[in-house]
Amino acid sequence: MQALNGALEQLGNPSSVHGHGQNTRAILEDARDQVAHAVGANRSEIVFTSGGTEANNQAIKGIYWAQNRKNKARKVIVTAATEHHALLDPIDWLVEHEGAEVINVAVGSSGMLDLEDLEQILSSRSEEIALVSLMWVNNETGVITDIVRVTELAKRYGIPVHSDAIAAIGHVPVDFAESGLTAMSISGHKVGAPIGVGALVVARDFSPVSLLHGGGQERGLRSGTMNYPLATSLGAACQEAVSDRVERQSRLKQLRDLIETEIVRAIPSAVVTARDTDRVDHNAHLIFPGTQSDNLLFLLDQEGVSVSAGSACQAGVLGASHVLVAMGHPEELASACLRITLGHTTTASDAERFIEAIIKIHPGALVASQSTQSAN
Amino acid sequence: MSGGVDSAVAAARLVDEGHEVVGVHLALSRMPGTLRTGSRGCCTIEDSMDAQRAAKKLGIPFYVWDFSERFKIDVVDDFVAEYQAGRTPNPCMRCNERIKFAALLERALALGFDAVGTGHYASITKDEDDNLELHRSLAMAKDQSYVLGVLTQEQLSHALFPLGATASKDLVRREAAERGLTVANKPDSYDICFIPEGDTREWLRDFVPSSPGKIVDQQGTELGEHDGHVGFTIGQRKGLRLGRPAADGKPRYVLEIRPKTSEVVVGPEAALQITQLSGERYSWCGRAPERPEEFFDCEVQVRAHGDTVPAQAAIVEAELVIKLKEPLYGVAPGQTAVIYLGTRVLGQTTIDQTTSAEVAVV
Repeated sequence: MQALNGALEQLGNPSSVHGHGQNTRAILEDARDQVAHAVGANRSEIVFTSGGTEANNQAIKGIYWAQNRKNKARKVIVTAATEHHALLDPIDWLVEHEGAEVINVAVGSSGMLDLEDLEQILSSRSEEIALVSLMWVNNETGVITDIVRVTELAKRYGIPVHSDAIAAIGHVPVDFAESGLTAMSISGHKVGAPIGVGALVVARDFSPVSLLHGGGQERGLRSGTMNYPLATSLGAACQEAVSDRVERQSRLKQLRDLIETEIVRAIPSAVVTARDTDRVDHNAHLIFPGTQSDNLLFLLDQEGVSVSAGSACQAGVLGASHVLVAMGHPEELASACLRITLGHTTTASDAERFIEAIIKIHPGALVASQSTQSAN
Repeated sequence: MSGGVDSAVAAARLVDEGHEVVGVHLALSRMPGTLRTGSRGCCTIEDSMDAQRAAKKLGIPFYVWDFSERFKIDVVDDFVAEYQAGRTPNPCMRCNERIKFAALLERALALGFDAVGTGHYASITKDEDDNLELHRSLAMAKDQSYVLGVLTQEQLSHALFPLGATASKDLVRREAAERGLTVANKPDSYDICFIPEGDTREWLRDFVPSSPGKIVDQQGTELGEHDGHVGFTIGQRKGLRLGRPAADGKPRYVLEIRPKTSEVVVGPEAALQITQLSGERYSWCGRAPERPEEFFDCEVQVRAHGDTVPAQAAIVEAELVIKLKEPLYGVAPGQTAVIYLGTRVLGQTTIDQTTSAEVAVV
């Protein structure tokens, strides 16, 4: 907020040569330094965007087009069905409109990607693969993918790798230079910046084709007058998110473990998703068989607790989680889950209140969920 | 809250009455999130957003509940099956019977609510013994008591219809505007919500195999052909595409649909005269008559916006039998006959059999 408010007091197009423009340009470039520093990237690799969705679209389409231009045979995109829709949908668009082909890496019931399957895909289709895109941390289950291993495998065949790191920044160590990635997406509001800003980190040795055309700002990848107030808030937020990561995560892990243990103790039918998989510390994902997420959310809301399930469609219908379906869970279970995300302000008493609330409302959610099944 | 003006004002009035109100929008389409194509339709993004904005204006929480699976099975599939069987269903009735005052109500009760309030134009009152009664709304032009005729005493005890005492829809629109609800001037919805184009026959084509057949007169003489019996309705005059005029030069109407042979029987208007109706799926709306097996005087209505005719009704061999004192024209099996005592809804049956004066003579 401080960074944003300070920047809003400055006027001027960062591309202008007059004094005001030079001032706002300085704000923008300082922000670029902050983001670069937070994610282990070179400052020239940071391309500010309107958010994660734009970053993913620019990465997928931009890398695909660039690869396809060099070699028409490269029409295959390797990804996983557990990815976010902001990634899956641009890929679907390429399939529908540009004749791309998708190959999904196998996912186990633990949520873990089968990297042997990835290796197999890479070796058998190496001449046709345009890019690999695999998220660093899954936004629903919190499962972590070994990105360094992924890029090592892809590098053998010279295939670029993009990663949606939106759920990773501030929760696991992210170092773009060491990761071997070609591109990486960041979203502002997931690290505490306002909605409407994000970044695509693009390695200096790769030039994706741009989605936007105009003034040629941001390495020609993001034409349009640069939004320095939001950029500076992203810079500040990234810096903050990584600065106290280690202490914060160990504190939140204790709360998360408490939540999971207590809920499973009180509700034995509840299942912790990806319990024994490498996953982030601040995220709990539970399945409550026989319930429906929207009833759980409604009753928890009545108790004053805000949690999340999957994503709702635009009309507001909460569907089954495509991530759980991809992990092999039946639809009934994929629409009977809750995702509990703990933040830096979450306290032990918040966790206890949540545990009490879920235990209290669980029987009602079971009854209410029966009404959606047909009487026939 | 459908996203229309009636449910928005109904919710506002419930809030004013001091109830603790939560707005719920039902997602009923199998493809939630599709944008409507015309000015009507249900469970579209626009309707959901309109409902949400109204709830926000009223300061009440808002949720979207997905009943699309049950709606498909209990309403849409039933609708298709009824037409396939040569009957003419009323899906709004089924929706009230099985979704709004069944599935939705069950879920609401399980979640700790006491009642479901809707923007229907109808009134619930109590008799001297505290029995609940459903009555026509004051706004006769908008009266929707017919489609609520399926409700039982138990369902009435958990239903609230705050618009029943309002004299006209214009007043509701005016009130919505005064309350600053953006839906005040939203057009009324007509027809069947899941058939946005309003053409039932065309819509049914996607669900049932075509069954071309003959159009015959009462004597069995072939008059023409049709490309499917599904979607024809008793009393229909338009769309028969008969080349030759009738011998008497008068228009011909659909009298009967024979699904087994895919024959559509047509004949003169006089043959549409119905003098008796009966159905085995009946229910009482509130308190049942004391001696239902003895014929009693009542009025009957067979369409949502149709006139009533005087009649006598009784339960005969587990069927509700309704003898009409004045004939009705073009009543089809599958339609619902709702019986009234003055303004009070007494009960209903889905019509299985109709008896026409002519057939009775034969």
